[in-house]
Amino acid sequence: MTNPFNTQQGAEIGDRLNPLVAGSGATDRASRAPRTVQTADGRVLPTRRRRSFGRWFADTGWRHLIGVVMLVFAAFPLLYVLSASLNPTGTLVGSNQLFRVVDFSNYVELFQRPQQPYAAWFLNSLVIGLVTAAGTVFLAALAAYAFSRLRFTGRRVGLLTLLLVQMFPQLLGVVAIFLLMSGIGEIFPQVGIGTQSGLILVYLGGALGVNTYLMYGFFNTIPVSIDEAAKLDGASHAQIFFGIVLRLVAPILAVVGLLSFIGTFSEFVIASIMLTDPQTQTLAVGLYQFVSQETSRNWAIFSAGAVLAAIPVMALFLYLQKYIIGGLTAGSVK
Amino acid sequence: MSNTTPGAQQPLLAPPAARPSGPRTAARSHAQTVRGLLIKIALLGIVDAIALFAMFILVMREEWLVFAIAAVVTVIINVIYLRPGWLPAKYLAPGVFFLAVFQIFVVGYSGYIAFTNYGDGHNSTKEDAIESIIANSLTRVPDSPTYRLTVVEQFGTYGFLVTDPDGDTLLGTPEQPLEEVDAEEDSTGKAVSVAGWTSLGFGDLLANQSIVVDLSVPLSDDPNDGALRTPDGSSAYVYTSDLVYDETADTFTDTTGGEVYVDGGDGSFVNEAGRELQPGWKIDVGFENFQRAFTNEDIRGPLLSVTLWTFAFAILSVASTFVLGLFLAIVFNAPHMRGKKIYRVIMVLPYAFPGFLSALVFLGLFNEQFGFFNQVLLGGASIPWLTDPWLAKFSILFVNLWLGFPYMFLICTGALQSIPEELSEAATVDGAKPFAVFRLIKFPLLLVSVAPLLISSFAFNFNNFNLIYMLTGGGPRDIEAGVDAGATDILITLVYKVAFGEGTGRDYGLASAFAILIFLIVATVSIISFRQTKALEELN
Repeated sequence: MTNPFNTQQGAEIGDRLNPLVAGSGATDRASRAPRTVQTADGRVLPTRRRRSFGRWFADTGWRHLIGVVMLVFAAFPLLYVLSASLNPTGTLVGSNQLFRVVDFSNYVELFQRPQQPYAAWFLNSLVIGLVTAAGTVFLAALAAYAFSRLRFTGRRVGLLTLLLVQMFPQLLGVVAIFLLMSGIGEIFPQVGIGTQSGLILVYLGGALGVNTYLMYGFFNTIPVSIDEAAKLDGASHAQIFFGIVLRLVAPILAVVGLLSFIGTFSEFVIASIMLTDPQTQTLAVGLYQFVSQETSRNWAIFSAGAVLAAIPVMALFLYLQKYIIGGLTAGSVK
Repeated sequence: MSNTTPGAQQPLLAPPAARPSGPRTAARSHAQTVRGLLIKIALLGIVDAIALFAMFILVMREEWLVFAIAAVVTVIINVIYLRPGWLPAKYLAPGVFFLAVFQIFVVGYSGYIAFTNYGDGHNSTKEDAIESIIANSLTRVPDSPTYRLTVVEQFGTYGFLVTDPDGDTLLGTPEQPLEEVDAEEDSTGKAVSVAGWTSLGFGDLLANQSIVVDLSVPLSDDPNDGALRTPDGSSAYVYTSDLVYDETADTFTDTTGGEVYVDGGDGSFVNEAGRELQPGWKIDVGFENFQRAFTNEDIRGPLLSVTLWTFAFAILSVASTFVLGLFLAIVFNAPHMRGKKIYRVIMVLPYAFPGFLSALVFLGLFNEQFGFFNQVLLGGASIPWLTDPWLAKFSILFVNLWLGFPYMFLICTGALQSIPEELSEAATVDGAKPFAVFRLIKFPLLLVSVAPLLISSFAFNFNNFNLIYMLTGGGPRDIEAGVDAGATDILITLVYKVAFGEGTGRDYGLASAFAILIFLIVATVSIISFRQTKALEELN
C-alpha cells in the first residue's frame, strides 16, 4: 500500500466494506467499476487504483475485516461493564441498554456501603499486591544472582528443584496452608489466619520458582566482564549486586514485579481462606462474595467496582506492555 | 560448598590495577563498605529480635519441637551472614527460607494430611477429644457444695480462685487443675486476690460474661472427677460428666443408661449400635482416602468425570486459544498493514483485564433471565448458559478463549517475527506456495519456541480455579454424587469444595488426597512433555 492514496482509500474502505460483508461484493464491484473508470477517464492513475482494490483486499483488506471482528469480540465485554457501571437503573436488565444514560451515581454509592467496604478492599489489594511484588522481586533477584553468577555444588540440583517444586503450586496446598496458618495463628496471632501479613508471607513462599527462572535467563545476558571490572576497582559483592547488576536488569525486575502484582491482585483461593473479616479482605474475595450473592440486583454497583479495580492493573499492564511481552517470550525464544 | 568466585584474589590484583583515581575510589568504597556492614548488622539484628521473640513465646507454650527448629534456623542464618565466604548461601537464604516454609513444607504437610482423617469432627488429638467429650456432657452434681469464687486473669488466660467449703483456697485454670495457693482473703474468709493474677471486678465480669460462664476448671488430673463451673462469676459448683472415661479399658460409660462406647478404630468412640460420640480425633488412616476415592461408588464416579473434564477443559482451552492466537498473529503479521497497533492494543485488553473480574462480568452477560446474550442478542430467549451441563462447559470454554487468545497472539507474534525472513524467501524462490512455506518451515520453527509455553499454559489451565469457581461454581451440581461435584468442576475446585465447602462438611484428608492426585498428573504430564521439548537441556 503506497502512501499518496492514504486518505481516499481510507474513505473507500468504509464505503465498500458493507456490501462486501453482505456477500454481494462481486456484483457490486462489477456494477461500479465502469463508473470509476469514467470519472478517471483522463488519467491513468485511477484505473490502476480501481484494479488495485481487489488486490488490496486480497492482500490487506481481509485482515482489517478480521481485525474489526476481533475488536468487537475483545472489547465488547469491557464496554458492556463500563456502560453498566454508568447506568443508574442498577440492575442487570437495565444494563442491557448500552450507554443509554451516563451517570456516576453508582461510583458514589460504591463507597457508601458499610456492608461492602469497597475502599478498604481496594486499599488492601493494593498494599498486599505491592508488598508481595516488592518482596518477590527482591527474593527472586537475590536467588537469580546466585544461580547466574556464582558456581557452587548443588547449583544444578537447586535449579531443578525449583522447577519441580513449581509443579505443586501453592493453590494445591490450600488445605495444608489453611491448617498451617491456623496453627501459627494460635501461637503468633500477628501473622496467623485472618491477618494480611500472614497472607503476604504465604505469597512470598511462591516468590522463587518461575520468577527466578525468568530472572536467571536475563541475568545471564549481562556480561560477567562488568562484574569483574567492578571487582578490580575494589567493589564488594554486595556493591556489585545492588549498585551495578540490579540496575542493568531493571527491565526484568519490572516484569517480575508486575506479573507478581497482577497475580496477587487476582488471587482468590488463598486470600478467601485466610481473610474472613470483610474489612481485611481483598477485591477478589470481596467483589466475588458481593456479586455471587445477588448477581442481578447489585450489578451496576459491582460494575463500577470492577471498572475501578481494573484501572490500576490495566494501566500498569499497558504502560509496561513492551517489557511484559519481552518477558513472556524470554523463557522460550531465547 | 566450593565457592569459586575469586574473592580472595582481589587484594592481589588491586594494586596493579590502581589508577590515578585509586585512593579516592578506595576511600569511597571503604565508606560504602562500612555503610553496608551497618545495614547488614541492622537487618540481622531485626531478624534475630523477631526470632528471639518467637522462641520466647514457643518456650512459654512448651512447643519444644518447633522451638528447636526455630533455634537451629536462627543459628544457621547468623552463621551464614556473619561468617566470611559462603556467598551463594548469603544470596539464597531469604528466598529459600520462605520456599521451605510455605512451599516445600506445605507439599509435605499436604502429603501427610492425605493419609489422615483430618476434617470436621476429627480436628485434634485423642486426649483433646476425651476432654471435650467430658466437657460437653457436664451436668451439675445435685446438692453439691458451693465454692466461693473470684475470677482471675493472667496474660489473657482466665482462672478460678476459689475457697472450698472447708475454707482452703485453690487456684486453677481450664488447662491446670485446682491447686492450693496462698491468697489474700477478705473479712468473710473468701479468697479475693492472688499474686501474679488480676482479679476481675463486676464490670470485667459483665464484659467477659460469655467467656466466664464457659470456663470449666477440672478438680484434679482425672477428668472423671468433674470440674468447677460458674453460672454467675461469684460462686462455683461441681459438675461431673454423664460419660465416665475408663482409662485402662479406654472406654466411655454413660452413667444414665449404662451404654459403653469403645474406640472403634476410626478416630472416635462408638457404642454397639454404631452411635459416635462427638468430637472424634485425628488418626492416620493409611491409604484409606485414596482407597475411598477409587473404590467408593459415590466418589469414584464423580471423580472420574471431573478428571476427564479437567483434561478436556485444559486441552481444549490451550488448543482453542492457540489456534485463534496463531491465526491472528499470521493475519496481523503483514508488514504493510496500517492500524496494526490499534488492533493490537485493543486485542490485548482481555489479557490486561484482571482475570477474576472477567469471569464475573461474563457471569452477568450469560445470566439466564436478564443477561445481555439472552435478552439482547437472542431477543429474549432463556437459554440456560450456565445451568445446563453441556452449555455450561461450552460457556466456560468460550470465556477462556476470550481470556486466553491475547496471550497466544502475543507469543505467536513474537515467535513468528523471530523466524528469519531469508528462510521463507529461499523457499519461495524454490517455488513453494505460501501455505507450504508456513506448514513446512514457519510452523515447525514456531512450535519449537512456543511448545514450553503451551505446556505451562496447559498446567495453568489444569488448575484454573478462578474462572470455573467464579463463573459456574463448578455447577450445575450432580445431585447423585456423594461429594459436592458438578458438571464443570475441575479437580482443583473439587479440592476446595471438599475441604471448605458448605453443606457437606469439611474433609481435609480426602481433599488433600485429591491434591496429591493433581500433583501427580501435572508432574507426569510436564515431565514427559518437557523431556520431549528438551527444555531441560538448557540448564547447565
